[in-house]
Amino acid sequence: MKPVQFAYHRPASLDEALALMERYGPDGRILAGGQSLVPALNMRLAAPAALVDINRIPGLDGISLEPEGLVIGAMTRHEAVENSPLVARHAPLIAQAMPYVGHRAIRSRGTVGGSVAQADPAAELPACLVALDAVIRVAGTGGKRETPAARFFRGIYTTDLAPGEIVTAVVAPSIQAGWRSHFAELARRQGDYALVGLATQCLVEGGVIKGARLVFCGVGPTPVRAQRAEAALLGRRPDADVSAEAGRALDADLDPQGDVHASPALRRHLSRVLLGRVLAHIAA
Amino acid sequence: MDETVPISVTVNGVTVDRRVEPRQTLVDFLRYGLELTGSHVGCEQGVCGACTVRVDGAIVRGCLMLAVQCDGSRVETIEGVAGSGVAGTGEVFDLQQAFAQENALQCGFCTPGMLLTAQDLLARKPGASSQDIREALSGNYCRCTGYHAIVEAVRA
Repeated sequence: MKPVQFAYHRPASLDEALALMERYGPDGRILAGGQSLVPALNMRLAAPAALVDINRIPGLDGISLEPEGLVIGAMTRHEAVENSPLVARHAPLIAQAMPYVGHRAIRSRGTVGGSVAQADPAAELPACLVALDAVIRVAGTGGKRETPAARFFRGIYTTDLAPGEIVTAVVAPSIQAGWRSHFAELARRQGDYALVGLATQCLVEGGVIKGARLVFCGVGPTPVRAQRAEAALLGRRPDADVSAEAGRALDADLDPQGDVHASPALRRHLSRVLLGRVLAHIAA
Repeated sequence: MDETVPISVTVNGVTVDRRVEPRQTLVDFLRYGLELTGSHVGCEQGVCGACTVRVDGAIVRGCLMLAVQCDGSRVETIEGVAGSGVAGTGEVFDLQQAFAQENALQCGFCTPGMLLTAQDLLARKPGASSQDIREALSGNYCRCTGYHAIVEAVRA
């Protein structure tokens, strides 16, 4: 199919974009990388009256280190994040997750802000941001605000964004000494939507886990933090027994849905497999 | 609502000025507006990779970009990189030869996207392994060959 007709705007500033979003209300959509929106337009699952293309707004892209942490602008492409030495050094978890995001021809267009605003339950970046205690920066006509990632993702394709608001950046605290991160995912093919993904960051001292963040994607409406499994790891050495124990704790942490790709039981099983692999990596 | 918008795009080295409907995808613009029908339209949802083209040097899905977004950009299609099919005339000539020798195409529908994606991989990673090639081509569907011959051709 082909998209319905819509008005097209290419604002030159954030203020102009916000004014346009206010003018169109729910009939306006932001066009960032377009890798989720344009398929929805092509299939006529979305039929907005207007697109507000924010690709040419100066200052919305770029990666920088600020006192609050690593700031990644909303229009930064996945490919730029993947290739960034700053991200690899200060938020290695995000760098590790990037190759799992779609395919190269998708990552060359897809954006950080788009992934965050889309809030796909299988998306890698939201899980990483929750695992890292990152903050989402948002702008609206009423001003700017920040929301912790853990409170930003509300449900399937549903976020804390108010109508007319635009994600402008994400801020991830710089990784501290002793913390190790690892991202792993299982999908039918490289680049497919995750059946299960796991974003992990652990504090390891003398081989013992002193802090743990385990956040899954693809097993719930939002990124799911596995707090019981985290608790099962604390103060322990991540050997096979501890890994199995944490894996059993996952049963209470996760309540995955079934779909044509995988049953709930398969997703539970794969979650335990992923946890085992990630812990082996963290322990190594 | 149905107004057209002027764009200026450099396609395969030639600057073209056209008016497009905002809703027209890049690949439809190439095919219908410029009659460059080497880029194919398969799924229109970014899954099959048949519409792969290069915009400002990066491979993209031609069905997931609007033509209007390419205003001021440099677009390269299979027609641009393939040359005339004679040695030395096109960027992907060696790949084309390898695809032919390995029987890496049957109907040919996916081939332009395969060539552009493979060329992108080889430019970044000369001597890529079979695993690298399979991962890089995982977003390009072929319904004829079963992929083995394609991977062999890219390795060759």
